[in-house]
Amino acid sequence: MKKSVTLDIDAILDDRGTRIIVCCGSGGVGKTTTAAALGLRAAERGRCAVVLTVDPARRLAQSMGLTELDNTPRLVSEGESGGQLYAMMLDMKRTFDEIIEAHADPERARQILSNPFYQSLSSSFSGTQEYMAMEKLGQLRRSDEWDLIIVDTPPSRSALDFLDAPERLGRFLDGRFIKLLTAPAKAGGRSAFRLLNAGFGIVAGAMTKLLGAQVIKDLQTFVSALDAVFGGFRQRADLTYKLLQAPGTAFIVVAAPERDAMREASYFVERLAEERMPLAGLVVNRVHESPAATLSGVRSAAAAEDLETRGEHELTAAVLRLHTGRMQLAAREHREQDHFIGAHPTVPIAKVAAMTEDVHDLAGLRRVGELLANG
Amino acid sequence: MDSPDTDWDGVRLHVVTGKGGTGKTTVAAALALALASGGRKVLLVEVEGRQGIAQIFDLPPLPYEERRIAVAPSGGDVFALAIDPEEAMLEYMEMFYGMRRAGRALTKMGLVDFATTVAPGFRDVLVTGKTTEAVRRRGRDGRRVYDAVVLDAPPTGRITRFLNVTQEVAGLARVGPIKSHSDLVHGVVKSPETAVHFVTLLEEMPVQETLDGVADLAGAGLPAGGIFINMVRESLLPQAALDMAVKGRFDVGELALGLKAAGLADGADAGSLAEALAEEVVEHARRTELERAERESLAASTLPRYELPLLTDGVDLAGLYELAESIRTQGAA
Repeated sequence: MKKSVTLDIDAILDDRGTRIIVCCGSGGVGKTTTAAALGLRAAERGRCAVVLTVDPARRLAQSMGLTELDNTPRLVSEGESGGQLYAMMLDMKRTFDEIIEAHADPERARQILSNPFYQSLSSSFSGTQEYMAMEKLGQLRRSDEWDLIIVDTPPSRSALDFLDAPERLGRFLDGRFIKLLTAPAKAGGRSAFRLLNAGFGIVAGAMTKLLGAQVIKDLQTFVSALDAVFGGFRQRADLTYKLLQAPGTAFIVVAAPERDAMREASYFVERLAEERMPLAGLVVNRVHESPAATLSGVRSAAAAEDLETRGEHELTAAVLRLHTGRMQLAAREHREQDHFIGAHPTVPIAKVAAMTEDVHDLAGLRRVGELLANG
Repeated sequence: MDSPDTDWDGVRLHVVTGKGGTGKTTVAAALALALASGGRKVLLVEVEGRQGIAQIFDLPPLPYEERRIAVAPSGGDVFALAIDPEEAMLEYMEMFYGMRRAGRALTKMGLVDFATTVAPGFRDVLVTGKTTEAVRRRGRDGRRVYDAVVLDAPPTGRITRFLNVTQEVAGLARVGPIKSHSDLVHGVVKSPETAVHFVTLLEEMPVQETLDGVADLAGAGLPAGGIFINMVRESLLPQAALDMAVKGRFDVGELALGLKAAGLADGADAGSLAEALAEEVVEHARRTELERAERESLAASTLPRYELPLLTDGVDLAGLYELAESIRTQGAA
């Protein structure tokens, strides 16, 4: 396997200048567990850390022994060195509601909150989950109550959604479509679309035909109300984006030693470089290494076959077969990692050995933290 | 055409979901191959824009177009379609309203950004709409064009919402064309022609999510299919040896003798190699024990279960055919 630079997790956690750690990667690679383990280790090394997760499966709650995770950070554990670990799970709808309530006058807020579009979309926006995570991150950072914020990014269909969603939402809010919808309201309540030019007219007709007049009306109310409230929306998104580019932020890309996950990790590393976001390194979870690596898979298989032919030491032969499989798996994982290292030789890597059991409690998280730091 | 008895006779839309990392796309592809075998025609649909099907079949990225990508065992064709929400929207507008030009204009104006960002609900309607259209589509002879459609669907956490999205949108659009379209989609998704299959591993979180997903699905009145337990490792060791290993009483001395007999090591080396290998055995035994427990948890659900082997060389075309064969012998297709 190719040589790589080792990712020094403790150096990142101990550096008081590190204020935000973002864990990103494709689904099912152990991002949430990594984020929680980093948080616990940071707290036990004296940091006052909060872990922000967006996962609807409440996995973080399980592993931290919490029965309830809501939109407020809850104290999980206090370290001997004065460090503390808090955790919170993003409640997307509540975060959204809070923004509306904070930025609109009561009447307008009521209008928005009771609009059928708002009700349906505030809880089902997939892009907005990413957006709200960024919004919450900005809030936590501004509150300055924690000296380290660890973000577990949403389980997107693609890891890149996390960076793209705020941008897409902004593009939409600035787009012509929204101007089309809000124009009638701005024109003093005259009938929809009348003041628009012919090109818009065709479109408006098409939309009414497609969606139905009632939908258009609800949508217009929703969008114009939202537009008024969300003037500051883009600005805050831009601020958060800049925050992510700042030197106090460390991105940790999480992957498993499998083709899809490593490929996604590669994309992410390249994308972060393009966006000039500070990458700390790659964490490869669930790595299988053999304690008996001196015995190659090929020799092991040959010896097993030999014993089987002679009809001797059946159990030893079975153990050798098991070992062969293990070495094949390790070899495959090495190949997947080599692809990454070949393309990104300077990215520091920490490896976490596969554990037989899932993490259930703080002791388990602590163990993951140790593996991370020694990987 | 000879259609063998399977657990899912009569099902035309196979929705495949699973937690991230469980091999959902692989199982969907293998299921499509299995369903196509024996001269049938199956469409494999991808909706998440990841081009996972192209990667598995080792093809260049798929366009928004139904094209043949594989031949099934003993004849039969697998077609694939990667649904692009924007294209689906334009097609939809043209099909129902003859408004392709207006559609282009809407795209320019950011309506597609709206549909895909701010209202993914609409995106899901388009995607399920396109899929169910393929299910219902009939040729000139009045027969269905596809014998089955396999949908590589969003992950378990989102599946019920995804399939029910037409209902949600119908709630917003109480009358009008979207409403009737939603009803049409929902008619297919809720019918016995649909089965939602879950892909899981024998690990705690995927199993828990599967059971939660099955319950959600039932709560929403959607038709559940089977549970595909993926990447199952066969245990090479006899149960007695595993039991000893779990208790930490694996006979290292015996193993060392075996290693000597095989000419792999001698003297103290044999001892230390045996110790190292015993460590592997203990780990394997513990994992086998956990897998047994997870299998039992899955048995709490009444859905049929199928087990697919771990492909040690990773998923390639040969591996897909192997999985398809396994799916067929177990009666899932």
